[in-house]
Amino acid sequence: MGITRRDFVKSSAVAAAAATVGISIPLSVKAGKEKAEGGWRWDKAVCRFCGTGCGIMVATKNDRIVAVKGDPAAPVNRGLNCIKGYFNAKIMYGEDRLKTPLLRVDEAGNFNKNGKFKPVSWKRAFDEMEKQIKRALKEKGPTGIAVFGSGQYTVQEGYAAVKLVKAGFRSNNIDPNARHCMASAVAGFIQTFGIDEPAGCYDDIELTDTVISWGANMAEMHPILWARVSDRKLSNPDRVQVVNLSTFTNRTSDLADMEIIFKPSTDLAIWNYIGREIVYNHPEAIDWNFVKKHNVFATGYTDIGYGMRTPDHSKFTEKEKETVKNEIGKVISADEAVSLGYLGYKEGDIMEMKHRGTAGAHWLITFEEFKKGLSPYTLDYVAKVAKGDPDESIEDFKNKLKKLSALYIEQNRKVVSFWTMGMNQHTRGTWDNELSYMVHFLLGKQAKPGNGAFSLTGQPSACGTAREVGTFAHRLPADMVVKNPKHREIAEKIWKLPKGTINPKVGSHIVKIHRDIEDGKIKFAWVQVCNPYQDTANANHWIKAARRMDNFIVTSDGYPGISAKVSDLILPSAMIYEKWGAYGNAERRTQHWKQQVTPVGDAMPDIWQIVELSKRFKIRDVWGAQPVPGLEGGLPDVLAQARDMGYNPNDTLYDVLFANEKAKSFSWPDPIADGFQNTEAEGDKRKIYGGDGQLWKGYGFFIQKYLWEEYREFGAGHAHDYADFDTYHKVRGLKWPVVDGKETSWRFNAKYDPYARKAGTGDFAFYGKALKKVPQGNLTGITNKEKKDLTNKAKIFFRPYMEPPEIPNKEYDFWLATGRVLEHWHSGTMTMRVPELYRAVPEALCFMHPQDIEDKGFKQGDIIWVESRRGKVKARIEGRGRNRPPRGLVYVPWFDEKVFINKVTLDATCPISKQTDYKKCAVKLYAVNA
Amino acid sequence: MSRLLKRNRFLIFRRIVQLFFPILFVGSNIYGWKILEGNYSAAYVFGSFYLADPFAVLQMLVAGFTLNFDLILGAIIILLVYGLLFGRSFCSWVCPINIVTDFALFVRRKTNMNRYDEKMPFKRSLRYWILVLSIVVSLFSGVAAFEFVSPVSMLHRGLVFGFGFGIAAVVMVFLFDVFMLKNGWCGYICPLGAFYSVISKYSLIKVNHTKSKCSMCGNCFAVCPERQVLSIIDKQSGSIPNSECTNCGRCIEVCEDDALHFGKYSKLK
Amino acid sequence: MGKAINTSRRDALRKMIRSSGIFAFGGFGWGAYLNKAKVSNLVLRPPGALQEEDFLNSCIKCGICVDSCPYDTLILAKPEDNVAIGTPYFKPRSIPCYMCPDIPCAPPCPSGALDVNKLKAQQDTTENNGLDINKAQMGLAVIDTDTCIAFWGIQCDVCYRACPLMDDAISLEYERNERTGKHAFLKPVVNSNTCTGCGLCEHACVIEKAAIRILPRDVAMGKVGDHYIKGWDEEDEQRLRNIKDSKYENTDEVPAEDYLNNWEDLIDE
Repeated sequence: MGITRRDFVKSSAVAAAAATVGISIPLSVKAGKEKAEGGWRWDKAVCRFCGTGCGIMVATKNDRIVAVKGDPAAPVNRGLNCIKGYFNAKIMYGEDRLKTPLLRVDEAGNFNKNGKFKPVSWKRAFDEMEKQIKRALKEKGPTGIAVFGSGQYTVQEGYAAVKLVKAGFRSNNIDPNARHCMASAVAGFIQTFGIDEPAGCYDDIELTDTVISWGANMAEMHPILWARVSDRKLSNPDRVQVVNLSTFTNRTSDLADMEIIFKPSTDLAIWNYIGREIVYNHPEAIDWNFVKKHNVFATGYTDIGYGMRTPDHSKFTEKEKETVKNEIGKVISADEAVSLGYLGYKEGDIMEMKHRGTAGAHWLITFEEFKKGLSPYTLDYVAKVAKGDPDESIEDFKNKLKKLSALYIEQNRKVVSFWTMGMNQHTRGTWDNELSYMVHFLLGKQAKPGNGAFSLTGQPSACGTAREVGTFAHRLPADMVVKNPKHREIAEKIWKLPKGTINPKVGSHIVKIHRDIEDGKIKFAWVQVCNPYQDTANANHWIKAARRMDNFIVTSDGYPGISAKVSDLILPSAMIYEKWGAYGNAERRTQHWKQQVTPVGDAMPDIWQIVELSKRFKIRDVWGAQPVPGLEGGLPDVLAQARDMGYNPNDTLYDVLFANEKAKSFSWPDPIADGFQNTEAEGDKRKIYGGDGQLWKGYGFFIQKYLWEEYREFGAGHAHDYADFDTYHKVRGLKWPVVDGKETSWRFNAKYDPYARKAGTGDFAFYGKALKKVPQGNLTGITNKEKKDLTNKAKIFFRPYMEPPEIPNKEYDFWLATGRVLEHWHSGTMTMRVPELYRAVPEALCFMHPQDIEDKGFKQGDIIWVESRRGKVKARIEGRGRNRPPRGLVYVPWFDEKVFINKVTLDATCPISKQTDYKKCAVKLYAVNA
Repeated sequence: MSRLLKRNRFLIFRRIVQLFFPILFVGSNIYGWKILEGNYSAAYVFGSFYLADPFAVLQMLVAGFTLNFDLILGAIIILLVYGLLFGRSFCSWVCPINIVTDFALFVRRKTNMNRYDEKMPFKRSLRYWILVLSIVVSLFSGVAAFEFVSPVSMLHRGLVFGFGFGIAAVVMVFLFDVFMLKNGWCGYICPLGAFYSVISKYSLIKVNHTKSKCSMCGNCFAVCPERQVLSIIDKQSGSIPNSECTNCGRCIEVCEDDALHFGKYSKLK
Repeated sequence: MGKAINTSRRDALRKMIRSSGIFAFGGFGWGAYLNKAKVSNLVLRPPGALQEEDFLNSCIKCGICVDSCPYDTLILAKPEDNVAIGTPYFKPRSIPCYMCPDIPCAPPCPSGALDVNKLKAQQDTTENNGLDINKAQMGLAVIDTDTCIAFWGIQCDVCYRACPLMDDAISLEYERNERTGKHAFLKPVVNSNTCTGCGLCEHACVIEKAAIRILPRDVAMGKVGDHYIKGWDEEDEQRLRNIKDSKYENTDEVPAEDYLNNWEDLIDE
């Protein structure tokens, strides 16, 4: 038998986890039965899809994934899965899986932007990439290249990509699709707490009395969490209350005790109404003990624009300018005249957007000022502004608002507020996030078990990779930022770079990468683990820019999607279980898995693609002096320093960044990988001819382990601690910070968080370090530039209600909201290829109110045009079913590339977080043959 | 009287035999006798072994039925019994439809229907085509094709387990034989009879003819349901060579010359 | 002369073509009839019956099982029954299967259409010849919750008490009746793993037309793909044995080539 120590540890960890949750574990997991008699092998992994982070077990047989099951030992899902997770075993084997690099070539086989895709070798692919990157660097410097990154990168992929782009190419133009997903949550966390990611964990669901969902259709988007919410509701139906706030009725309303349908963007007003109720009508509910000790009050500018380009841009049509003009000045509406009255605005005034460049700036105010700011948000005002269903009576709506605030305020009632895209994809998304903490802080209902505002994430590793690794234009790992010289220094030290290597100028966020390509500023872009040409708003601009301008777009993907289609080079990527990796979910749980099977065709892991490319560049190519637009003096020449550090100018980025001495110390084979393969480390049974045209035989070291171990140096001791690589292969994930081998369930709470204990400020400490030195002022601006130190304190923001930049008018008379459906993941490249899921939901429908259908003269099932000032798309009308919008609003999911709704949407963003608002724009609807 | 008896001795004996089996089957269904359970498709004999309709089993095998020892053995027994011993006598001695078709013949004779029968719309070889067709259709449809339409089966199942609308098929056979074609069902259509003809070429018991005794009175021709088998009458001595003969014995009964009798198979001389 | 030969040859040819045409016509007609006649997917078969398709090509329609059934549950299908003719079935609302422990019907089946191997007891036992009627899978009870009066709150559970596998094949789910605030619903729930489809419940159901009805298992039940295994059920892993080895073909084809090379339609002017 010979059970190894490793197996024993693994089994006992599972047994221990099982004992705590009081569930029985099937023998197959208990005994660590790895090779069943039937010839298949089970091993633990993570679901490929959303940010919930369900644990699964994967069965492989003859080097192919044959089945999955929910991992009964996984604390998140306890053996269950949603319908997407149910099909994990099938996602890698679609018929049109990309299996070979494809390059646009002419008849002679040379690259031609207008050529047709033809299969090429990996060597040819990297030759062309090298040539094109060198051309872009020569023409534009480091900002001439960009990477479209992802919240679906494995941790190590994201880390390798950041390292190559930021340390190697000295560019900060790497930004993930996660920007579209939770950037507002990040900005809210950083501005409020000084550190990213939620305080609580999923166990809050079982511990709370009240679940309030704000713009989060959890029933479809986080089904496993919703099952937990449902169970909590059923366990005590009288006590446990569930409220769904949304701009349209969705499946989350089914279980809810109360549904509040509000007008788009007015969630800001509703939060402020609750704040006003607390401050004015229930001052006794304020937990002064908590607030005085741990909070300060703050506010910021309102004239910050809407994250759009200014109307003078040459590529705008006249129609687009009708909306874009609001970017420089917006006419104050009657509703805004009330909420912005404290700044002296009256209806019809023009708010000039003077602080577009300093949108995130904020300052401290007194409680009295804060209170003054909240004064306009009376029940009458908010009910008038916010009521979203024209068929609902104002009185009913008022009663709902009263009931909502009463639930928050009720003493001894535990409340969790969950949100996702409704609050994040918002032209004031950062504000919206901050207002949730405002309410929770005032009531002392934050960072306590069963109490807290909890931002859920969409993508499987939006937290673990995009945010924690920092695959953003402004970030470095562990919440550090490129702007901060100290942070650059730390990163340069860990990465063993000469001082000054890292570019201090924040790069282009993901929407700006598209804009820069359209402006000819970026000449080379690499799409990794995402589909930015389908998922970015106002897509017509970006597709034309990619196809019609002089640039070179590379897409690495498992399947062909719109991004691959508009690219010049396509690289076939290994998919999730074809490589080693790790994801981090929304409750800070990091989960690792092993490579289960050999990739199909000639597909190779993204890490390999990134590292192979690094072999093509010598440090003298990139570490000399470099021009950076907007950075005086550009980037310094660091080659001399590099020589002093022992580097040779002819060393490649591969030698320096990925195959250094430390990397090679992680030898392969490794006992933790016993019985598993590693395509990067040792090659595999296929005959792959690599970037150099030679038979691929592996790096010879355990690169994924090296990347993990180096990455975790960033966070160790800085409240971002992770366990070592091997530990994660023995347990079902751990919630960081992992201190002394123990995970942390509730951060900032001294009872549970060693960092909060260490701060010594009593029961709580909001120890995040970012933005903790802030000037002071009043509601209208800064009055005292002297910065106050806020160590261990969190901010309570006052943020007013404002309208979005595009609102339905006579011509464009409907709101359009987009989003997802349970059955499909993002742009559908995987799930649309699972025949069962495709059959279940084969196309995106235009959900619409039956009365609107009638009024417009349409019929159920008609195909209509949905047209905005930017583009139009055909969609089939659905007046029944899962989403039931109020009159005046339509909902069209974006998973279906045949219903390319992002041609219609507006690329306005939150000016602070730069996250696109996909939830609101104005459209007109008309019959196809009208 | 005794002459009448003599002239009908085989007919009476045949009717007794023809009724004997259904009585056993019905007794098994109603009273639980364990002598002969089931029906003509397959029967359980004394609760110890099976008999089975070889033609049905053949169709089933073609249709994809997996070999089953009991059933194959039962079919082989029947195959041997008729093929080696009794020839096509199933049709006249066992098959219950024979009573119906004989009755039809009787009605035809009494009503003088035979005179309308000058033109034969098809040949007697039709039944062999239907035999082949039933095998082909079984192959493609995956079920024993003839068993789904056979009036023979509907009759014997009906006798044992109740007729239902199946009686219509039997009535149709009767009407067909009376009004459309003399001996139409058994002589032209029925693939089961055709099957027994095919297998009983060399069966032991045959009707034998002694040419020297024959006065060519033609009585045998008048009663024979398969007149073509009598081609040797007054021409050659020996066994009736054509296995379409059902061994009913009517020709023997009516022969005034004692030129016909049951006997061992012997070659024509 | 030559012309005459030609004519006769052409005649022969024409005859041949005509015959094969008629032959094909008959075959297609017959086949079409069979296709319709054998579709009876709502029929309940005796214990141990093979899957419907195999059952149809294996059943010789002998009725021995019908003979053997002491309760007259089994019926041999008549033409009007809308069930493949001559095959055994039962109608539980009239006479359900009483689940005789010794299973008299299945073992005498000559063809194996009723397969005793499907009724073998889990443990080695000589009792009832090693058979266990609880293994029978004749059908599955399905409840219409709208007309089932137990779902109205009426304390009925007649089906539950009629079930020979009470608390196993049918159990009761207790739920509070929020309307009265004082009573509970006692709702019958069928467990498809243990329900044999005997139909005692359907027979017993007290409403005008039974709210609990037996459907053939393959009609009533879904089928999960073998790509997902219940993580909490050790037994479920056995389904992985069904997985066939399928190699992912590595070809040089680029199936997405046409798709990828056609980007012009993405651009609106």
